[in-house]
Amino acid sequence: MIEVIVDSRCNACNRCVEVCPADVFDAVADRPPVLARQTDCQSCYMCELYCRADAIYVGHDCERVEGVSAEQALASGTLGQYRRHSGWDEWAANYCNLHWRMDEVFRRAAAPPAPADTPVLTTPGSQP
Amino acid sequence: MKPALLLQTDVLIIGGGMAGAWAALAAREAGAEVVLVDKGYCGTSGVTATAGPGHWWVPPAEREAAVDKRWLATLGLADKRWMHRILAETWARLPTLAPWYGFGVDAGGETHYRALRGPEYMRALRQRIEAAGVTILDHSPALELLLRRDGSAAGARGWQRRAGREWCIRAAAVILATGGCAFKSRLLGSGNNTGDGYLMGAEAGVELSSMEFSNGYCVAQGGTTMTRSMIYGFATYYDAAGREVAPPSGPDPSVRTAALAAALLEGPVYCSLHRVPQDIRLLLAEISPNVPLLFARAGIDAPYDSRFEVALHAEGTGRGTGGLKLAGDDCQTSVHGLYAIGDTATRDLVAGANTGGGAVNSAWALSSGIWAGHAAGRLARRDGRRADEAGEGVGGAGLRPVGTPHRGLDPAPFVRTVQDQMLPYDKNHFRSAKGLEDALAALDDAWLEIRAGLGSPHPPAGDDGRGALARREAAALVASARWCYRAALARQESRGLHHRVDAPVTRPEFDHRLLTGGLDRVWTRAQAFPQTLVHTPSQPQEASA
Repeated sequence: MIEVIVDSRCNACNRCVEVCPADVFDAVADRPPVLARQTDCQSCYMCELYCRADAIYVGHDCERVEGVSAEQALASGTLGQYRRHSGWDEWAANYCNLHWRMDEVFRRAAAPPAPADTPVLTTPGSQP
Repeated sequence: MKPALLLQTDVLIIGGGMAGAWAALAAREAGAEVVLVDKGYCGTSGVTATAGPGHWWVPPAEREAAVDKRWLATLGLADKRWMHRILAETWARLPTLAPWYGFGVDAGGETHYRALRGPEYMRALRQRIEAAGVTILDHSPALELLLRRDGSAAGARGWQRRAGREWCIRAAAVILATGGCAFKSRLLGSGNNTGDGYLMGAEAGVELSSMEFSNGYCVAQGGTTMTRSMIYGFATYYDAAGREVAPPSGPDPSVRTAALAAALLEGPVYCSLHRVPQDIRLLLAEISPNVPLLFARAGIDAPYDSRFEVALHAEGTGRGTGGLKLAGDDCQTSVHGLYAIGDTATRDLVAGANTGGGAVNSAWALSSGIWAGHAAGRLARRDGRRADEAGEGVGGAGLRPVGTPHRGLDPAPFVRTVQDQMLPYDKNHFRSAKGLEDALAALDDAWLEIRAGLGSPHPPAGDDGRGALARREAAALVASARWCYRAALARQESRGLHHRVDAPVTRPEFDHRLLTGGLDRVWTRAQAFPQTLVHTPSQPQEASA
């Protein structure tokens, strides 16, 4: 569930207000949005994906607000991780959308276990 | 009260998920003006946006064999002609989303189309339809359909929750693309999928089909919405005493619903991902970045070296195969000018009793969107908007109570009733006549209360638009639950996504689809259809039309 918008990072672009499917946020003129309907959050993480300021922390618990502060969110080191690993915006050159490899993973999971899996090593951030 | 937003268009699409977006594109291709309304934001709203659909994707030369093979899993209730249709449409259409979507290219230079990542897919579709000139109204949930005096679809009314005003859109044709109903289960991205299109369709007179095939659940990291099952193909599960439970048993080890549900009824279940191969661990962040995010947020620092609790979330009719009954190849319903697509429509035509992992539903969503969009556009050109004819709102439950509107009546307890009846594994996965009857008693009571007293003094929204939406969602949830369970009670056998502990065998006398419908009184009836059925070991005889 959404915990906090880190004011020190937020630039009040209001993109989160625009893209939230659950209408959690209210825009406030020239200020970060407020979590007007915090417990309506459906924990979809779309706001984090669309926030270019990496200012939003959605907690893992989908049933309740844990009470994570802005300081704790910053200290977690995970602000902006979803957007970065998705290769969105300025991260496009660093992270690839390898979702097309999903089938391969399902197939390998369904195959009988081999005595030793032959690793096909790629490192994060490799080119397609 | 602010004045309502009044619009006229050719094609109104209710719902901006995957199906609705493809429909919008197709309607524009047919030369129609298109308005698409979404409860949330077209691009982030719905189960495609948060997931990663792998469409059923088969080259022409392999289709005969693929359809024949998949048809066995539909357990006699699908139609091969429709299965071929969605394969052909998906094959032709999906690559046209480039370059809005960046399809992956492998080391050998081959482009891979089948599996798209959700957020990027929906972002691409939104950009595509904006470029095509579709008018998108976000944060504009529909509250009710409008019908003309001859019963044809005339448009819809709703509420703009950010602008704070009613909207009323007249159209030549309306496409219901509101998704399935996940009964507020915490399935990732399903919060807006409360069955609104089922209720609106039923109020217009449309019947439903195959609502009983709805007992699917998806595994997730405990306490989270993260129903992304790929990595769980490698999972080993344990009970609190450390004994292994729910070993892989079927062709897809990421789906072990019955065994996990049985184990979870006894106590917590813990997952170990130690079997995930090293190279896949390194790839996970770039395949499904939200999965490792949730491990990190929950403090699971060593997801492959430590055990963590898992949960199951109900998938309702999204994974299921049921929905509004269709009357023809264009996904039209029995109501003139009203179409149903994606999870809002029945998918029994292509999936029968068994959805087969979502690939078929994804190909269905795309294809039904295209067919309905084209047809709605053609209908608009042929019939015209007929906007001078009166259009009346047909919304009932949660909008226009038959008793006195009870201002203090809160929709939240009705939602909890639905969750209490639809989410527990021993009610919805392991069904029984007694369990279904008890659940229906509670759900029918909820319906009666809603019908009598839930609504606003000046429908559809009065001065409380967000409240009106919550009331309509509660009504749609209760209605959808009743259709699912009435159909489940009537199907006294087990087949596909419907399991009866008191009737565990598949029985040939149920080799038909079940229709359901009705509002105050829910009915079911068998629909016979011509289809040759295949002899399987649990069926003692072969039947044919």
